[in-house]
Amino acid sequence: MIKKLKQSYFKIIIYIVLIALAFVVLLPVIFMICGSFMGKSEILNSYGNTISSISSDNYFHIIPEQATLKGYSEVFLLDPSYLMKFWVSIMISVAIVIGQVIISCLSGYGLAKFNFRFKKAVFYLVIILMMLPVQVTLVPNYLLFNKLGLIDSYLSVILPGIFGTFGVFLITQVFSSIPNDLIEAAKIDGANHFQILMKIIIPCSKTGIASLVILSFIDSWNMIEQPLAFIKDYLKYPMSIFLSRINDSRLDIAFVCGVLAIIPVFILFLFLKDAMIKGVEYSNMK
Amino acid sequence: MNNPKSKLLKRDSLTGFLFSLPSIAGMLVFFLIPFVICIILSLTDSISSMNFVGIDNYLDIISSRTFRLAVWNTFKFILVAVPLIMIFSLIIALFLYQKLAGFEFFRSIFVFPLVLPVSSVILFFQLVFAENGFANDFLTLLGLPVKNWLDSSSSFTVLVILYIWKNCGYNIILFLAALNSIPKVHYEAVEMDTDSKIKKLIYITLPMIRPYVFFILVISVINTFKSFKEAYILCGNYPNENIYMIQHFMNNNFQNLNYTRLSVGAILIFAIIFVLIFILLKFRKNGDAEYD
Repeated sequence: MIKKLKQSYFKIIIYIVLIALAFVVLLPVIFMICGSFMGKSEILNSYGNTISSISSDNYFHIIPEQATLKGYSEVFLLDPSYLMKFWVSIMISVAIVIGQVIISCLSGYGLAKFNFRFKKAVFYLVIILMMLPVQVTLVPNYLLFNKLGLIDSYLSVILPGIFGTFGVFLITQVFSSIPNDLIEAAKIDGANHFQILMKIIIPCSKTGIASLVILSFIDSWNMIEQPLAFIKDYLKYPMSIFLSRINDSRLDIAFVCGVLAIIPVFILFLFLKDAMIKGVEYSNMK
Repeated sequence: MNNPKSKLLKRDSLTGFLFSLPSIAGMLVFFLIPFVICIILSLTDSISSMNFVGIDNYLDIISSRTFRLAVWNTFKFILVAVPLIMIFSLIIALFLYQKLAGFEFFRSIFVFPLVLPVSSVILFFQLVFAENGFANDFLTLLGLPVKNWLDSSSSFTVLVILYIWKNCGYNIILFLAALNSIPKVHYEAVEMDTDSKIKKLIYITLPMIRPYVFFILVISVINTFKSFKEAYILCGNYPNENIYMIQHFMNNNFQNLNYTRLSVGAILIFAIIFVLIFILLKFRKNGDAEYD
C-alpha cells in the first residue's frame, strides 16, 4: 500500500516536471502564433521599444488583446514579396528532397546489397562528409560554382543539397536490414536489379524513405549558411534568411512570416513524426 | 566450377558500383576535387599569383588573434554545452522511459524544436533577451542587477540555452532507443533483491547504455558546430567576443573572399572533425569485438 502510494507520488512529480518542460519548450512557438494575431499597433506598443533599446516599459504578454487578421491579410493578399520568399524556400527544399531521395535510393541499393572494390572507402567517405560542418564544404563548393558561373543561382544551393551524403547513409542502413532472400527469390523469378529496387526494396522501406523526406526537408528549409554564401542578391534570399533580417519597424509582419515558416514543417511533422524518430534511431551507428 | 560463379560476382560488383555511381560522382565533384584545390590554395600566397609558400598560411592563421579566439570559444562551447545536454536529455529520457501515459505526446513535444526553423522563433529570443526584455524584467523583479544578455559574456549562456532547446530532442530519441535495448530480464533479476530505482539506475541502466553514450556524445559535439546558425541569426556576423566561433571566422572571410584563409580554416576544421570521426569508428569496431 505504502509502496503504491510512493510510486504514484513519484509519477505525479514526473508529470509536473514534464508538463512544465513541455510548456517551456513550446513557449517560443505559442508566443509567435499568438503574436501573429496582434495588430501592428499592439505589437509596436508592447515590443516596439524592446529591440530598439529605448528605455521604456515593454509589456510582455501572450494572449492578444485585440485579435486581428490584418497581418495575415497583408502577407497573403496585399504584398506578394512575402509569399515569393515562401515560394523560393519551398522550391529549393522540394528540389533537394526529390533529388536526394532518388540518389540515396540508387546508391543505398548499391552500397547495401553489392560488393565492389573500394566500397568500404566510399562508405567511410559518406560518413565523414555527413558529419562535416557545412562551413568546410562551403569553401570547395564556392570555388566550384564560381568557375561554373552558378553564384547567385539557386542551383548553387540545390546541387550540393541533393548530393549531401546523409541520405545515402540513412538509406544504406535501411536497405541493409532487408533480408537478401527476398532479392534472391525475385532474381529466380527473373526480375532485373532495377525491378528489384522499385518493386521490392523501396516498398519495404517506406518508413526509412519517409524519414529521409522529413529530415532532408527540415535541413533545406532551415538552411542559412549556403544561401548566405552563394546568393549575393538579397532579393533572392529564401525565407530562413529573410526572417532573421526583418526590419524592426515591421515587427507585426515578422510574427506572421515566422508562423508562415513554421506551417510546412509542422504539417510534415504531424504526418511523419514517427518515421522521423525511426530515422534518427537508424542513424545511430551502434 | 569456380569460374562461372566468379564471373557472376564480377558482373554483380559492376552493377553495385553503377548503382552507387551518382553519389560517388557527386562526392567527387562537390567535395573531393574542390577539396584538393583547397589544399593547393592553402599552400599558395593568393588565388591570382599562386606562388608556393609552404605552411606560411597555416602559421599565419594559427597565430592570428581572431582565429585563436574563435577556436577557444568553440572548445569552450563544446566543454560546457555537451555535458549539460547529455545529462539533461538522459534525465528526460529516463522520465519518459517510466512508461507513463502520454509518453508519445511528450516525446513529440521535446522533438519538435528539432524541426522548427530557428529563424521563425528568433524574435521570441530577441525580445526575451533584449536589454529591457522579459529576462531582465524577471531579474529586476527578483531584485538582481540586469544584464546585457546579447552583448556581454551572458551571450554565451543564451547560446547554450538555445543549443539545448534545439538539440535535446535528438539526444532524447537516441537515449530512449538505448534504454529500450536493455533486456527486461536484467531488471527482473534485481527486483528480487531491491526496489530502489537509484540502485537499478546505477547497476543496470547506466552500464547497459554505455556503448551508446559515446556515440551520442560525438553526435552532440558535431551538433554544436551547427550552433553557428543560432549565433548568426541572433547576433549577426560580428557578435559579442564571447560567442565568436570558428564558423564566424569562416563566414567573415567569406565576405572578403579571402580564399587562402578560408582554405586553411576549412582544412583545420576538417582535421578536427576527422579525428573525432576516426575515434568514433575505432571505438565502434572495438565495441563490436567486445560483443562477438
